[in-house]
Amino acid sequence: MGATFAFAESRDGALRKVAFETVTAARRTADGSGGGEVHALLLGAPGIAAKAEELGRYGADLVIVVEDPGLERYSPEVFAASAAERIRTGGYRAAFFSASAQGRDLAPRTAARLGVSLASDVTEFEMRGDAVVVRHPAYTGKVIATMRLAGAPAVVSLRPGAIAAVEQARSPRVEQAAPAMAPSAARVVVTETSQRAGAKLDLGEAPVIVSGGRGLRAAENFKLVEDLAAAFGNAAVGATRAVTDDGWRPATDQIGQTGRVVSPELYVAVGISGAIQHLAGMRTAKTIVAINKDKDAPIFKIADYGIVGDVFEVVPRLTEEVRKARGH
Amino acid sequence: MKIAVCIKRVPEMELRFSIASDRKSLDQTGLKYEISDFDGYALEVALQLVEKAGSGEVVAISVGPDGVQETLRKALAMGAARAVQLKADHVPFDGFATATALAAELKAGGYDLLLFGRMAADTASGIVGPMTAELLDLPCVTAISHLELAGGRGTARRDLEGASETVQFPLPAVLTIDEGIARPRLATLKGIMAAKKKPLDVRPAQLGKVSLTVESMALPPERAGGKIVGEGPDAVPELVRLLRTEAKVL
Repeated sequence: MGATFAFAESRDGALRKVAFETVTAARRTADGSGGGEVHALLLGAPGIAAKAEELGRYGADLVIVVEDPGLERYSPEVFAASAAERIRTGGYRAAFFSASAQGRDLAPRTAARLGVSLASDVTEFEMRGDAVVVRHPAYTGKVIATMRLAGAPAVVSLRPGAIAAVEQARSPRVEQAAPAMAPSAARVVVTETSQRAGAKLDLGEAPVIVSGGRGLRAAENFKLVEDLAAAFGNAAVGATRAVTDDGWRPATDQIGQTGRVVSPELYVAVGISGAIQHLAGMRTAKTIVAINKDKDAPIFKIADYGIVGDVFEVVPRLTEEVRKARGH
Repeated sequence: MKIAVCIKRVPEMELRFSIASDRKSLDQTGLKYEISDFDGYALEVALQLVEKAGSGEVVAISVGPDGVQETLRKALAMGAARAVQLKADHVPFDGFATATALAAELKAGGYDLLLFGRMAADTASGIVGPMTAELLDLPCVTAISHLELAGGRGTARRDLEGASETVQFPLPAVLTIDEGIARPRLATLKGIMAAKKKPLDVRPAQLGKVSLTVESMALPPERAGGKIVGEGPDAVPELVRLLRTEAKVL
């Protein structure tokens, strides 16, 4: 039985949560087809090999480590060349990437180098004989497409958060490899990666998202949303397009068709009417709470729980109650 | 500065969709079409770059049936110099097949830049741009929200989760455009009149082999939703109780 490939994403020398998701997906694929090995590819600056054990915790049997001082930051061409070379020589039946910002860049490049197609931004998958059958939200999430990707290797990118990482510990072997091209020969060079100030928890990784819309009336009133997020303790702050267009919040906070697509455990919509453009970004949240003064707002049609009322009265009360429930 | 912009014609996303009787495509009844949103930003970026350079041209390219000519005429009305339809009965969901057709068309075009939207609104895959770049062996930066060009090189910014990257690259290059970089202009009446006389070439699309096929399409399950817990701040304790005992998220 052949092995299954997973790309392990890292940033600043630390593994990203999505790395555990791709390894989990590969583990599930291997176990579901007779128990082949899971091989994870990890690229980074010297020292990244120390992270191999963490990948073992989610089921990697072998971690291929490519260390080079020129790989401190993402290098699209070196990463794609190295992933393609490994997938080609490894004879993998399936290769999993994340549909994260980096994975959305890397996966199509790698697939094209291999001369195969890519099932992108997949929320569910299942191996069926030589093919993989995937689910993918299309048309701004208003249609779910079930697709069949034929041929080997089946290259798949997974929507972040869609496949929950599951621990299945083993002690992985580590194999050092050289980059498939010299980082100094790359034409496209990432010269700087800057952490955005104040972004403690990323929208894609936070279990809870508190989002604000026009109903907050002014940029400074986002403090209400931030306070509620702080009360949860594990929440990130999002916004509607109307709000980011007006400059109340940075464009990177936008949730919706043209912004981030998120599926947290809990989504709290504060002063958000529920335009289709916004719903496209959050309709797959497990639980949705809406607070809006307009009882006919479309957000209430998809919210699990709604409170009709003034956000300036309801949200501070909710913040207080959540703080109590969280015991701080 | 010679720039190709690859644009896709997609249904207007605000409409209510239903699934056709074959269970694997959209019911076409009542659908209206428009240029995919990110492709509109890409077109605007291209027009501004050529205007700034003072010379050159923007060529709009689209794969698809004759309906795409309407979308291409719109691009011409906005200011593209000419357009190319790569004719195909339909655009496959398989982005690699489409990238193969575009690469064949763009290969000998002598373009300084090939621009795409970050992803099409319908298939929502975002893979045609970077795949075309690989097929042409061109430098590529995806999902950029800022761009500067000088002396045959470019600097772009792309947003990551909670961070952003600054990326440098040489021309010619492939770029895919994120939102926020430029707001598409409206076509003027003069532009619409001029567009009628601009060249729109039609060639058969040399699509690649299709290996990603749609088995079925379905509307997402309706969320049960609609449970109003109460009105005003007095409803908060009940909401918190439900979040704890029923939804188990607190």
